[in-house]
Order: sequence, then C-alpha cells, then structure tokens
Amino acid sequence: MAPLAPKTGDAVFASVDRVNAELFTLTYGAMVRQLLTDLEEVDEVNKQLDQMGYNIGVRLVDEFLAKSNVSRCVDFKETADVIAKVGFKMFLGVTASITSWDAEGTSFSLVLEDNPLVDFVELPDTCQGLHYCNILSGVLRGALEMVSMKTEVTWVRDMLHGDDAYELRVKLLKQVPEEYPYKDDE
Amino acid sequence: MQFFSGSSAVDISPSPAAPPGTATGLSGNNANMLYIFNRSGVCLLYREWHRPLRTLDASQDQKLMFGLLFSLRSFTAKMDPTSVDKGNLGVPLLPGQGCSFYSFRTNTYKLSFMESPSGIKLILITHPNTSDHQESLKHMYNLYVEYVVKNPLYVPGTPIKSELFNTNLDQYVKTLI
Repeated sequence: MAPLAPKTGDAVFASVDRVNAELFTLTYGAMVRQLLTDLEEVDEVNKQLDQMGYNIGVRLVDEFLAKSNVSRCVDFKETADVIAKVGFKMFLGVTASITSWDAEGTSFSLVLEDNPLVDFVELPDTCQGLHYCNILSGVLRGALEMVSMKTEVTWVRDMLHGDDAYELRVKLLKQVPEEYPYKDDE
Repeated sequence: MQFFSGSSAVDISPSPAAPPGTATGLSGNNANMLYIFNRSGVCLLYREWHRPLRTLDASQDQKLMFGLLFSLRSFTAKMDPTSVDKGNLGVPLLPGQGCSFYSFRTNTYKLSFMESPSGIKLILITHPNTSDHQESLKHMYNLYVEYVVKNPLYVPGTPIKSELFNTNLDQYVKTLI
C-alpha cells in the first residue's frame, strides 16, 4: 500500500477547526500586553515569547504531521517549502514565501506579506526592541527540533519596525541522527 | 520520500493459524497489545487487551520491543535494493535516510509498526489474519494528537495517563479486522 499523498495547505486548512481571527489576534495581543506588564523588560518579553512558542512547537508538530500526511522530507529545501506552503497555511491561514537561500542550502528566509497576529498593533516608543511576533520563531524552532533539526530562527524584517514585510531567517545548525537511547550496561 | 511503494511485510510462516483461545480473527477482539514510544525510547503507553503469556517484566519487555524495532529499521535500510544512500549497519541514521518498515507476521501474531517523523513509534500486535494496519495506526496517532498532545496538562515525553485516550483507544481497537 502506498502512503497517502501529502495534503496541500489549502486542503488541510479547509479540514481543521478554526477560530475567529479577531478573537485570536486580540487574545495574542492581550497576552503580550500582560507579559509586558509582568516582566517589564522588553528583552525578557522577547525571551518569554520565544519560550512559549517553543513549547507550542514541540506539540504542534505532531498535529501537523497527523493532519497533513506529510512524511519525512528528503532535504532541507523540501522542509522549507512544507513549512511555508502547508504549515503556515494550516495554522495561520496565510502562506509564506521562501527566498534568499545561502550557497550551502542550510539557511533561508521566510517572508510573510500578511500576518494575522499584528492586525490592530502599533508599537509605542517604549517597546521599540520588542519582537511582537517572537512566538512564531519559537514555534518554528520547537517544531523543527522534534523532527531532528536544530535550528536558529531570527527576525530580519518586521513591519512593526517600519519594514515592508515580515522576514524570518531560519538557519539549520545540525541534523541530529537517531541514536540507540539505552546504555548497554542497563 | 523514502518509502517503499509496496508493503514491506516479512512473511515468515503463513500456514498454521493462531492457537485457539487467543484472538478470533473476527471483528471484536483482534488486538493484543499496543506500545507507544517516543524518540528517546520512553514507553509513553503500553496497553494490553489480550496477552495470556508474559515472559519478562514490563520494563524489560518494552526495552526489548524498542530495541527490536530500532535494529529492524537499520537492517531494512541496509537491505534496501532501491537506494544508493545507505548508512553502515549499526551507524545512526539521519532523519530521512533509510526506509520505513511496516509489519511482520508469525503464525501466532502480527506486529504492525508506524513511526511519525517526530519520532513517535506506534506498535500494534494483533491476530495474524488481520488486514493491513497502516491506516489504523494512523488513526491511533490522530487519537494521540487529539487526546494527549492537545491536553495542556500533559508533559511531553512522560507516560500517558489519560482515561479519555484509553477509552477511545479501546473503542477503536474493537473495530479492527
């Protein structure tokens, strides 16, 4: 029996439960707001958002795999495409584009034209260092780590800082081989 | 995608049927056991429906099962006649390397296996005369996502203690043929 064909981003998006986009955006905004109040330091908030994203990512990857029928990717290029076309579509309802591969094929940029997290958001002067969507970089890092890829995800462009799009740089640090987990003498 | 297109079932000895007193081969009680492991070899779930004979204590049994599948994966990849890119036997495989192993069958039971790219391994032991279980395992993986992964109180990588998951699993397993 051949494995089921992977679904397209649109097909998965149509089949999963969705919530109202405004509710989602405002909930996320309220959460960031609360973090700013609790932690006071903008850097701490960035760190906390990244950590929250990571925790989401390690769980979310299983849902992604179960619903999309995607099997193992042959190379990092395919991984990038799947994230942009299927992953983002399935969970955020938008697609990202992949640009700026480096020569070794180990890092790429994800460009988001449309980002549902930031509707209604303007950064005040006191929060200029805030990566408002830092949760996304954490999600990517967590999800990729669960499929054996150690990555580093950083923001390059951010519309809230006056750029023309959202750009995330994803760099593959290392692919972790599967090892026998038990010691021989146990 | 590095999958075999055909089924890679290893048919050891098809002839004699399972001994009487075990599962019936009819719908209802075909499943014997289910194991769920994560990548680091932690047995997240062991569920037993019909197992008259136990030879090892539970943790030894689980370790043996995980070890068997780990070696089989490396072995099937080494035997793969279609791929040039094969690691050495015993050398850890990179994700995406090698092929997936689906099932093997003996005269008394059948073992079906599924591994998600995130390293979750599902192992289902059933009556030998049952049909292909790849789809059933996929369904169980979906149950795992719905009732375990989405439970905010579940800590990833720890044994599953969810009554809801067990109930749904038991119900689904009854429908296996």
